[in-house]
Amino acid sequence: MIMMKRLLWTLILLLLLPLALPAEDGKPLDMNEYLYGHVGDSYEWHITTVNGHEVSIPLPVIVISKQGRGVHCFSSRHLHHGNEYAGFRIADEGKYSGKIVERASDGSLVRPWDFSVTKNVAGLLINSLVLLVIVLGCSSWYRKHDACEEAPQGAVGLFEMLVTMVENDIIKDCVGDDYKRYSPYLLTAFFFIFINNLMGIVPFFPGGANVTGNIAVTLVLALFTFFAVNIFGNKHYWKDILWPDVPTWLKVPLPLMPVIEIIGMFTKPFSLMIRLFANILVGHFMLLGVIAVIFLTAKMGIALNAGLSVVAVVIGVFMDCLELLVAFLQAYVFTMLSAVFIGMSRQHAETE
Amino acid sequence: MSLVTPDFGLIVWMTLIFGIVFLVLAKWGFPMITSSVRERAEKINASIKAAKEAEESLKKLEARQTEMIAEARKQQAQILKEASASAGAIIAKAQSDAREEAEKILAQARDRIAAEKESALADIRNEVAMLSVSIAEKVLRKELSEQSSNSAFLASIVDEATGKASDPSKMN
Repeated sequence: MIMMKRLLWTLILLLLLPLALPAEDGKPLDMNEYLYGHVGDSYEWHITTVNGHEVSIPLPVIVISKQGRGVHCFSSRHLHHGNEYAGFRIADEGKYSGKIVERASDGSLVRPWDFSVTKNVAGLLINSLVLLVIVLGCSSWYRKHDACEEAPQGAVGLFEMLVTMVENDIIKDCVGDDYKRYSPYLLTAFFFIFINNLMGIVPFFPGGANVTGNIAVTLVLALFTFFAVNIFGNKHYWKDILWPDVPTWLKVPLPLMPVIEIIGMFTKPFSLMIRLFANILVGHFMLLGVIAVIFLTAKMGIALNAGLSVVAVVIGVFMDCLELLVAFLQAYVFTMLSAVFIGMSRQHAETE
Repeated sequence: MSLVTPDFGLIVWMTLIFGIVFLVLAKWGFPMITSSVRERAEKINASIKAAKEAEESLKKLEARQTEMIAEARKQQAQILKEASASAGAIIAKAQSDAREEAEKILAQARDRIAAEKESALADIRNEVAMLSVSIAEKVLRKELSEQSSNSAFLASIVDEATGKASDPSKMN
């Protein structure tokens, strides 16, 4: 009964929300800028806009000029509103839109070597710090206690449960006998992706960077798996690629199967990269789209706006729950497939 | 589009950050946790196994105990049975011994009584003989002194006496 009453009041308040919004008669919402601005990378960390005044954290820009002007390191604050600083500025259009460019001697715009600490890099640093604190904090419990005598309680117990689940259900089952050698990498990958996914869902400052929905990040993760698979692959793995057990005419004179297998070597990590990237990116897009309904309908009258706002909030809550599931699921899938690929590279001929 | 073109700077940063995170966690983070958990799991498994073994041996001991108790009971019954049997035998033997002894004593007594009786009879017979002889002597002496002339009668008495002396059985 009380629950129902509370729910009703929440609904009424939500319906009245549009009345409280300042009647801005500015430009209509630019969907492109809105979407890509939220999922893309940037040189500053935009937090919010208060009365048309942007509140953002400027991040350091580190660029090495390709025109022989040396290394430059400055705050992104200097590049606001298309300002030029030390010969660098953020391009507003063209191929390098949104990126720092410099003018070449022939007048064209070129990209310098750009090692700026962008929003994604800052997000990575914060999330990695969170991960390090969590894992090292938990492992210090085991240093101080005899794990054979007592089991951890609370947060450490929860973390132990997660670690045990990942190790027993994914790593041990998929890698096989020498799983202990790979478990640090696979556990790191799982919790790195999981933490970054979760922080990506958090809508305000320490979170909100679309890290695992960025292809450069997933590319590096997939490359780590690629090297873990191919550097430690055994003789049988290479024989299966170069001389698989198929009829000879598939191998000589045209090395059909070896070519397919070699392509397969690269498509496996490529699929890892695309899967994680696309899932997280699409999740962000869908959430942003649902929220955008509120702003898109602002001009269509209060009744419609209020009604659709309620719908958008309800769907948004649902989407956020879905994103929580996806955050876990994608970390799980990436780790499991990595473990499967590693397991395949460690297989012995007789175990087939 | 910029979304699907990986940014070089971000790749470098990501490699650096993930590499450092991986190295730190692989050295000080996860192995500590996983090895501890593994050790604990092994210990728990070993403990369960030991407990099961202990339970089994306890059960075995219990079975042995009941077996021993049953055997002891059986032995007790046996011993009691044997004891009562031997007691009966002892009593029977004692009774028969006593009976035999009593009979022996009775027989001896009877013998002795018979012997005593015999000797008493012999004594009496002697006494009677002596008495009769002395009586006869006295009678003779009186007769002789009174009737010394009656020699014929004397002679007959002497004959009689000698005849009686030679065959005492005819005297009664």
